Amino acid sequence: MSMNATSSGLTLPLGTLPCLPDGPLAQIQETHEYHFVWQLLESVTDPEIPVVNLREMGILRAVRQGPQGLEVVITPTYSGCPAMGQMEDDVADALSRAGVAARVITQLAPAWSTDWMTSEGREKLRAYGIAPPVKSACAAAADAKVVAFAPRKGLVERETVACPQCGSVNTTEISHFGSTACKALYRCLKCMEPFDYFKPY
Amino acid sequence: MAAYHDYLLHLADNALILGQRNAEWCGHGPILEEDLALANNSLDLIGQARLLYQHVATVRKDGKSSEDLLAYFRDVPDFKNYTLVELPHRTAILPTSSGDRDYAVTIARNFLYNALMVQVWGALAASTDAQLAAIASKSLKEVQYHLRHAHDWVLRLGDGTDESSRRIQAAFDYLMPFTQEFWTASSMETAAVKSGAGVEASAFKDEWDVMVSDTLLAATLQVPASTGFVTTGKHGVHSEHLGFVLAEMQSLARAHPEAVW
Repeated sequence: MSMNATSSGLTLPLGTLPCLPDGPLAQIQETHEYHFVWQLLESVTDPEIPVVNLREMGILRAVRQGPQGLEVVITPTYSGCPAMGQMEDDVADALSRAGVAARVITQLAPAWSTDWMTSEGREKLRAYGIAPPVKSACAAAADAKVVAFAPRKGLVERETVACPQCGSVNTTEISHFGSTACKALYRCLKCMEPFDYFKPY
Repeated sequence: MAAYHDYLLHLADNALILGQRNAEWCGHGPILEEDLALANNSLDLIGQARLLYQHVATVRKDGKSSEDLLAYFRDVPDFKNYTLVELPHRTAILPTSSGDRDYAVTIARNFLYNALMVQVWGALAASTDAQLAAIASKSLKEVQYHLRHAHDWVLRLGDGTDESSRRIQAAFDYLMPFTQEFWTASSMETAAVKSGAGVEASAFKDEWDVMVSDTLLAATLQVPASTGFVTTGKHGVHSEHLGFVLAEMQSLARAHPEAVW
């Protein structure tokens, strides 16, 4: 593909940012021979959010037969996420403890998205006190309604985030960034509790 | 191929040096939320730099490159980042990076850089270099969020108090001439475009101009002229500030070259 053609075709009014095409959703291969490995890895949780496992986070992508034997494919979340090395080690550790010979492969493409989080994973996050992502960052940008006479608008429409404590949608963003790369800090205006919001990515 | 490796290093060096600069706010942010914001911003940028350095080390196939060697054991003329990203966080031209920092300069620079990088990463997501395309897809999501953060603060400072407006205007007046470097030609970019794997930043000048002028207008600021001088950081000819950044960033690795985590 010619990069010039791509770039010159881009016209971006304020309020619209370049978006990626939707990545394929998790291709979970529930074939019989790999079922055991998927079951085994159910116990490997996110090091920073120990209530959800890597499958529910959409980080565990595939269990497959590679040229050198069994391969477990995981995908990194944020480029600089310090938990990635830990996850790789945790997966390798779980496999070796069960006596499964497999290589752990970290694959960048297609880029991880919070859209890949399962609904059970989202529910577990909520129960843990972290508001799950509302919609993908790209979908938010595409839906953004730019009102020319309202200059206080940000680049993207703000999502309506429900408080994980009381369920109220009367919430406000305290900070774009929170305790980890993947979270923002919100506050509920009904129950007055602050909470983490897992940002759409 | 050397020119294309330089192009990858250019992308990586921009991310690493701005990541290092923004990390200077860690523990010194104007408010706690912004301290966290800049630390997170740096984490993303340094993560992007790591992925790119790892890619360079892989494609060079010389067995002598690694992400650590590329980040910690190259010197000023080897770095190919824009001069913009190595400047200290303030408008006065002074020789070291110590002393008072001005958050308005941090915000203005992040805005100017991210307004370019959302375009660059957006286009590179379709690169013929599959690994670069994969890195770009991730980086795009991150710089979009960084742009949103910087954009919000440009509005808030520009249309805030007299003092905040004066300082963010001074920051843009100071930084704008450095952005001319984005649009100048370089052999590494020409080679990257020819191979189909890269883009020239100058292809996005119109989009960037619209983003910058619309935002500054909304923030009740003047769009300063980009005139006076053209910097040459991406050619390896830097301001005096990069040496100080590298001295701080590289000293530990150079004092203990065999150290491992």
